[in-house]
Formats: sequence, C-alpha cells, structure tokens
Amino acid sequence: MTAAPAVLNTDQDFPHHQELVEERLVLWYFIAALTFMVVSMLAGILMGLQLIRHNPLPAVELLSPGRWRMVHTNAIAYGFLANAFLGIMHWVVPRLTLRPCFSRSLSYAIFAAWQLVVLATAVGILLGQAQGVEWGETPVWIDPVALFGLLLVAINFGTPILQTRGPMYVTLWYYLAALVWTFLTYAMGNFVPEYFVCGSSAGAVGGLFIHDLVGLFVTPLGWGMMYYFVPILLKRPMWSHGLSLVGFWGLAFFYPLQGIHHFLYTPIPMFLQYGAVLSTIALEMVVVTVIINFLGTLHGTGGLALTNLPLRYFYTGILFYFLTCLQCALQVTMTFQALIHFTDWVVGHAHMVMFGVFSMWQFGAMTYLIPRIFKTDWYSPQWCEWHYWASAGGLSVMAGDLILAGLFQGWSWAALQPWDASIRLSIPFWSVRIVAGLAMFGAQILFIVNFYLTWRKSLRVGPERAVSPSGNSATA
Amino acid sequence: MFERKSGIILIAGIGFFALAFLSNAVVPILMYRHLPEKTAKELVNGNLRYQFEDLSQRFPEAFQQAYGVPPTDPEQAGDWYNDHCENALKVGRQIYIGEGCWHCHSQFVRPVSNEDRRWGPVSKSWEYQNELQRPVMFGTRRVGPDLSREGGRRSNDWHAVHFFQPEALSTGSPMPRYPWLFDGAPDKPTYRGLALITYIQWLGSWHESYPYYEDYLPVPIKTASHSE
Repeated sequence: MTAAPAVLNTDQDFPHHQELVEERLVLWYFIAALTFMVVSMLAGILMGLQLIRHNPLPAVELLSPGRWRMVHTNAIAYGFLANAFLGIMHWVVPRLTLRPCFSRSLSYAIFAAWQLVVLATAVGILLGQAQGVEWGETPVWIDPVALFGLLLVAINFGTPILQTRGPMYVTLWYYLAALVWTFLTYAMGNFVPEYFVCGSSAGAVGGLFIHDLVGLFVTPLGWGMMYYFVPILLKRPMWSHGLSLVGFWGLAFFYPLQGIHHFLYTPIPMFLQYGAVLSTIALEMVVVTVIINFLGTLHGTGGLALTNLPLRYFYTGILFYFLTCLQCALQVTMTFQALIHFTDWVVGHAHMVMFGVFSMWQFGAMTYLIPRIFKTDWYSPQWCEWHYWASAGGLSVMAGDLILAGLFQGWSWAALQPWDASIRLSIPFWSVRIVAGLAMFGAQILFIVNFYLTWRKSLRVGPERAVSPSGNSATA
Repeated sequence: MFERKSGIILIAGIGFFALAFLSNAVVPILMYRHLPEKTAKELVNGNLRYQFEDLSQRFPEAFQQAYGVPPTDPEQAGDWYNDHCENALKVGRQIYIGEGCWHCHSQFVRPVSNEDRRWGPVSKSWEYQNELQRPVMFGTRRVGPDLSREGGRRSNDWHAVHFFQPEALSTGSPMPRYPWLFDGAPDKPTYRGLALITYIQWLGSWHESYPYYEDYLPVPIKTASHSE
C-alpha cells in the first residue's frame, strides 16, 4: 500500500523489516507509555476521591490533589500519548519510507531523554514548581531541554521522510506536518505567554497553545496512524484519495485558527472570539469528510470492525471522534458557552477526546503490534477483550456522566443558587465518575499484566508465526 | 503542491501556523499595546496595604518570623511594608500556580449567566495588564467560586482557617487542606501562607468599590499605616 512504486521497481534489494524497524525500541516506548498511563490514572483517581471528599491521604504536601491534577494531564499528554506515538512512528515511518530513522543511537538517546523530560516534569510539578499555562506546567528549566528534544525527534523522523522520492502516502503528510507543528507549538506555548505578553493577549496565546497541542500534535499523529493501520487491516486502499486531501488541508488550515474558543466571554476582543467560533464550526464540516472516507473504506466489510479487535479499537475511536467533534460544533457557540463553560461538561469532553479517541487508537495499535513484535499470540485474547470493553464502557459512562453534570452545574450557577448547591448536586455525578475511572484503570492493569505474560510466553515458546501474515514483512 | 513535501512543510506546517499566530495572538497583542504591563510594585495599592498590615497585627509572631521587624521611622516603615507586600504578591502568585488553585478557580467574570450579579463587575482587559497575569490566570474550570473579586470579601482570619481546613468554614467543601502553609495551627501561617493570603486579598483590590460583597463589614483594627 505504500507509495513510490517507481523507486521500488528500480531497486532490487528491498530492505527487510528487521533492518528498518527497531522493534525493541517500539516495545520500550509502549512500556514507558503504559507506565505513565498508570501514573496519570492514579493521579486522576486521587483528584476524583478529593472531589467526593474521600481523599484517603489528605494534608500531605507531596500528595496534594491540586499538584497531582497537573501530573494527571501532563502524564497523559507527554507520558502516555507522546511515548505511544513515538513508538508507533518507529514502526510506521521506516516501513512507509523503506528507510531506517536518521540514527539508531539518536533514537535511543531520544527515548532516554524523553523519559527524563517527562519524569522531571512530574517531579517539578510535585515540588510545586509548575508554570501557569495549562499543559505548559512543565517547570521553567525543562522547557528548553524538551524543545531541543522535539528538534531531535523532527530530525530523526524527518530525514527518512524527506529522503523519499515520488508521491508520499497520506500518513507521511500528517507526520511531516506534525513534526513541524509540534516544535512550533511547544516553542510558542512555553515561552510567549510566560515571558513576552501578559493579560488577555497571554490568554489568547495560551488558548492557541492548548488547542494546537491537541490539534497539531496529537490529532495529526493520530490520524496519520489511522491512515496507515486501517487500510492494512482491511487489506484495501482508502476509499477516496480526494477526501484524504480535503481532510488534511482542512485540518491544517482551520484547526490552528481556533485557540481563542477556549476563552469565550473573556476580555479578549469579541471579533476574535467570533472568528474562533466560525472556524471551529468550519472544521467540523471537514471532520465529517474524514469520517465519510473511513466509513467508505470500511463499506462492505463492517463485520471486521466487530470481530477484529485492533480494528474495533480504531473504529470505536473514530466514532468517539465524530461525537466529540459534533459536541464541539455545538458547545463552541456562544449560547452553549454561557451555560457549560467552567463546568464538568468540558472535563467530559476532554476525556472523550484524549481517552475515547486517541488512547483507544493507541490501545488498538498496541494490541496489533505487541504480538507481532513478540512473534507470539497474546497470552490471553480474552483479557484483550476485557481491556476493550472496560476501557470503552468506562469512558462512555464517565463522559456521559460528566457532560450531564456540567449541564446541572451551569443551570445551578445561572439560577444564582448558593455555591455549595452546585457542589451538592455534583457529588452523585462525581461518585459515578470514580466508579467509571476505576473500571478504566482496572482495564489498563489487566492489559499490562497480559503484556507481561505475553512477553514471558514469547521467551518460553520462542518465535512462532501465530499471527496473521499482514504485519511481518516490510514489503507487505 | 498539495502532496509535495515543500507544500506540506512550508504552507501547512509553517504558513498556516504563522497565519493563526498572527490573527489569534499578534492581533490582540497589538490591540492592547496602549496598556503597558504594570510591575508588581505598581500593583501595591491602599486596599492591599491595609490587608497586609492587618496580617502583621493578626499574626504578629508569624509575620515577624517571615519578614522581620519594620523600621520605627514612619516613612521608612511605609516603604518597608510596600516592598514586602510586593514580594508577598509575587510569592503568593507562585504558590497559587504551583498548588494548582487555578485549575479549580477562575479569574474572570463573564457578561452572561448572571455572573455580574454573583461576583461583581464584568472583567475588563486593563485589569489583566500586569506582571502577575503573565501567564494570565483566567482558569478553565470552576469547582470553587471565581476569585477575581475575592479580595476584601473575607478577613485574613477567615482565609487562614480556610486554607488550613476548608470544611471547617465551608460545609461540604471539596477543597483540599493546605497545612504545609502553616506551622501546625491556623494562627501560624508561614512565609508561604502569608504570601498566598496577600495574593488572594489583592484580587479585585484595584477597583474603587472594594470589596463587592453584600454583607461585607470592615473589621476594626488599629492600623499601623502611616503612608497611605
């Protein structure tokens, strides 16, 4: 399915998968990602318990829920998602470009450096050294190191992509753009509102940053991976190349224009707020074209999305993506904002995006790749099913619960009820949220145990080709 | 162009990003260039000085431990209080950020949802053009109330007890306790505790009508202020 057949035909020696992909590193990235997922979820559970006033460890400075709440978001963005994306890129980029990454030792150095950056971020936050930009809480002294790391990542993956000749496959458009965007976004968000501008302007830049971080770092890496894995698993090309083009360029143009929609009704100039609202609604139209493209690709083989677990993860994520974007087109309007801004509605939305879409995609890719790397089947396919159902079910309950809670909070505030009324009415919702969160947490623990036992099994039985053949040869 | 590397890097990667930065960030920056950024020193006002000196009288031992003894000469004492008040503002803001207060408390009043009835006047841009709002503390979630009009609503005593054990004053409050801002008792705030209370009392102190609170009663204290 890769592009550039002209080059391939003149080249008699196809590089083999083993020469291209550093499988051990992919595995290490997955292990790091899952470790930070556990850290993040523990932090979320602590904050959730605090909200229902059952914090088991109150009044300990290093266990302050306020600090762990920042660890929760940062560990998901930089610990789980970034690590998992880097691992998947180490698999995808060399296979699509038929070239290894720029340097093997650089790859390992980046892995080590990135873990240090994330750990240092967590430690800095726990010591109370956070900075005041959401997702830019990274303490001051880590910012330049992290930015340098992102530059190295861009060099490491950018080199093989730039060396390819002829047309590039869709995935590489997204990856190439994301390498540029992530670097620029990180540089903007971690320096401009801290050092150069204050007040409403800093709010505008901060909004742009949190928005671009989702839209220009997580989203393109996520869709890039969908355009790679979905056609491979379905053994057919994308339904429409034209729609792939519309999706990429629509995202590239409209997504960055919307940062200010995170701060509607602030003192930021009103015409800028309206601009952000309009471009958000425009982007949702683009999203629909992407969804149509993926449904078109699935057309006629829909059963596979139920029976094939990685594919089910991918299409569940795509379903949640459609739901979040539909929700987004509604909640971004000024009418909705008046009611739901500042409420748990937004928290529900954020969980649906970060867990329901991107984490589900990562789980799908891990479920697909781990047996291929270990060259043996999952220790327990049944546990993989449990992982799916508890993750998807828990997330559905959590997101629905928080979205509903947000409506009630908003109405309570607008009705000028005493503040504690909004707390009292939230307690049942927050209690349900904890139960859903524990289900999601349990699912990940089960997945990690399954991962470990699969590794043990692979040591015992040695390599076997038990998995479907589509994943293992570089030229498939 | 649409599938070439140069198109993707230059137009999508750099071009669209720059366009967004220009329209969404540079435009507001240029629009507010007539409002220069105030320093923390310029933010120390009469209302805040009153609260800061109130701290020195309510918690004399803690205050002395944190800041020392003020000079006896009234004029020098005025400068001394101003300097330490400025310092407390900066440190207090650091703690406000480091403890993640801004993830559960917002700092802006919207023109909708009856918010001006609940909190006071709708927020304006000039209120944020200062060093302590870099980065701006708008916030994105309200588990607890908005704080941009909080200064002066409640006494320093109230804040000390509330930070030490929130549920003692706000029944059913989900706010965590912050005993590490105290030396074991609510009447013994540390350097950090005093700073955070000063920062909270600053919020909204720039308004002429301060505080915006229907049942506010000023607490009678013998003021040590000479310079204001």
